[in-house]
Amino acid sequence: MFLPGETHRVELTRERGIVTDVPEGTEENLSAPEDETMIINMGPQHPSTHGVLRLMLELDGEEILRVKPVIGYLHTGMEKTAEELLYIQGSTNVTRMDYMNPLGNELCFSLAVERLLGIEVPERAQAIRVLMAELCRINSHLVWFATSGMDLGATTVMIHGLRERELILRFFEKTSGLRMNCDYVRPGGVAADLPDGWVEDVAEIIEVIPRRLHESRDLLDDNPIFQKRMRGVGILTRDEAIALGATGPILRATGLAWDIRKAFPYSGYDRYEFDIPTQEGCDAWSRYQVRVAEVNESARIIRQVIETMPPGDYRVQDRKVTPPPRHRIDVSMEALIHHFKLFTEGFKVPAGETYVAIESPKGELGCYLVSDGVPPAYRQHTRGLCFYHVHAMPSMMVGGLVADAVVVIASADPVLGEVDR
Amino acid sequence: MALDDLHANFLTTQLEKVVNWARYRSTWPATFGLACCAIEMMATGAAHYDLSRFGMEVFRASPRQADLMIVAGRVSQKMAPVLRQVYDQMPEPKWVISMGACASTGGIFNNYAIVQGVDQIVPVDVYAPGCPPGPETLMNAILTLHDQIKSSEILKREPAAS
Repeated sequence: MFLPGETHRVELTRERGIVTDVPEGTEENLSAPEDETMIINMGPQHPSTHGVLRLMLELDGEEILRVKPVIGYLHTGMEKTAEELLYIQGSTNVTRMDYMNPLGNELCFSLAVERLLGIEVPERAQAIRVLMAELCRINSHLVWFATSGMDLGATTVMIHGLRERELILRFFEKTSGLRMNCDYVRPGGVAADLPDGWVEDVAEIIEVIPRRLHESRDLLDDNPIFQKRMRGVGILTRDEAIALGATGPILRATGLAWDIRKAFPYSGYDRYEFDIPTQEGCDAWSRYQVRVAEVNESARIIRQVIETMPPGDYRVQDRKVTPPPRHRIDVSMEALIHHFKLFTEGFKVPAGETYVAIESPKGELGCYLVSDGVPPAYRQHTRGLCFYHVHAMPSMMVGGLVADAVVVIASADPVLGEVDR
Repeated sequence: MALDDLHANFLTTQLEKVVNWARYRSTWPATFGLACCAIEMMATGAAHYDLSRFGMEVFRASPRQADLMIVAGRVSQKMAPVLRQVYDQMPEPKWVISMGACASTGGIFNNYAIVQGVDQIVPVDVYAPGCPPGPETLMNAILTLHDQIKSSEILKREPAAS
């Protein structure tokens, strides 16, 4: 699976496939290896790598002998940028990591800041966060459904998945002003209250999407081609998954009901009833089943959120953390000062460090935050869960066929924006 | 075929107009999705926004078959040579849309990792603003590009500077 010890330089050069890395005058033998294996390069510009992932596959005929993922093609330096931004701007930065789950990224960051601040957001803010996070989960799984279908040649489900997703994006736009990268969940609560008519909008979403997803599943579930390509492909056993740090649907497809929402409830998830769907197959098919079942569970949570949405504030009324209402600025000098100070200096977070994990649609998303007491964070590190899934890909691919590599990438559902950050 | 039929079955036009018409009505984009904008680009191509109305729903996986490169997302320093290579592989005539704030200017990521504007690497014809630009913005950029292609002179287009 992995090469033990050091890789010889000639070997490395052969793998990289680019001779430009070798300094001039090097006399080493770069000719073809003596064995019959072939090293091919997949990506970074490849339609089925879900972004700019590059894989180096060593093949014997059609069989994959070795895989090396190469990442960094989308390295954005977000963790460095976070050290220059105020905490109030931090959501803007992290929301662009996993772009299928923008509100989850913001939620994770906001929870970390709030834990350092030692504040508890109002119940309504928590419920709004749960609502938005679960909508993001449905959104993410729909895009997964769409793109995986496309990878396997089922273009109809791609059209269906993206069509359903528009409903959610329209609600996000209505609520936050942006379809993606909403910057809606912020430290101290959320940016604005839910818009008028949100109950009807959300009720329509959770009525329409599970129904239509069920229709789309009819196209796939009994399809012999789809079954043959998914069943028994990309096996990752429970022990391997735990050893490699894989979480989310990949881990739950091995039969382990591990979900941060149940294990370490945050944002009031313990108030809602839901199940953790699991499968025993450890393969791509099981991951598919887990994801689809999770959409239904998310709809179930959202239904409870609608029924129990508490009244009250949508953010903490602490003028050192959240801005005053707009109308107060015109009449209150103090409010004006608070507003000015908040958006120029930002608020101070007590020195300390914390790690907060949430259950993103793809697994355990973590935010490690270190504060030295003055506004820009001293260090902000994200546990990019897709990084671990990319890391687990070789274990899933080795021994399979090269066509299965596409299935494995699809079933791991990596988002390279989060892997590379 | 006799010349007798000709009184009914022909049109007169200018070569340039026909060529430009053919070009702008079938501008095939290369799949060059990088980050968040790529998802909006996919949404533009999918059912609701339906890019095939403009004859461009076929996102080509091979740059050899593409006329248009939509740089959708932030371009890192590591990706820049790849992007240029893909651009060089595309046959002339070719166009580039820089989609989103990151591709156009670096966006909010003014740091060591991101190329501050893809126009440092490839010549850009249209910039689409937004983070990410909605499908409407991308379609507006595409229609702007169509106008440019329509009014271009086919004999005078210079090859892109390297």
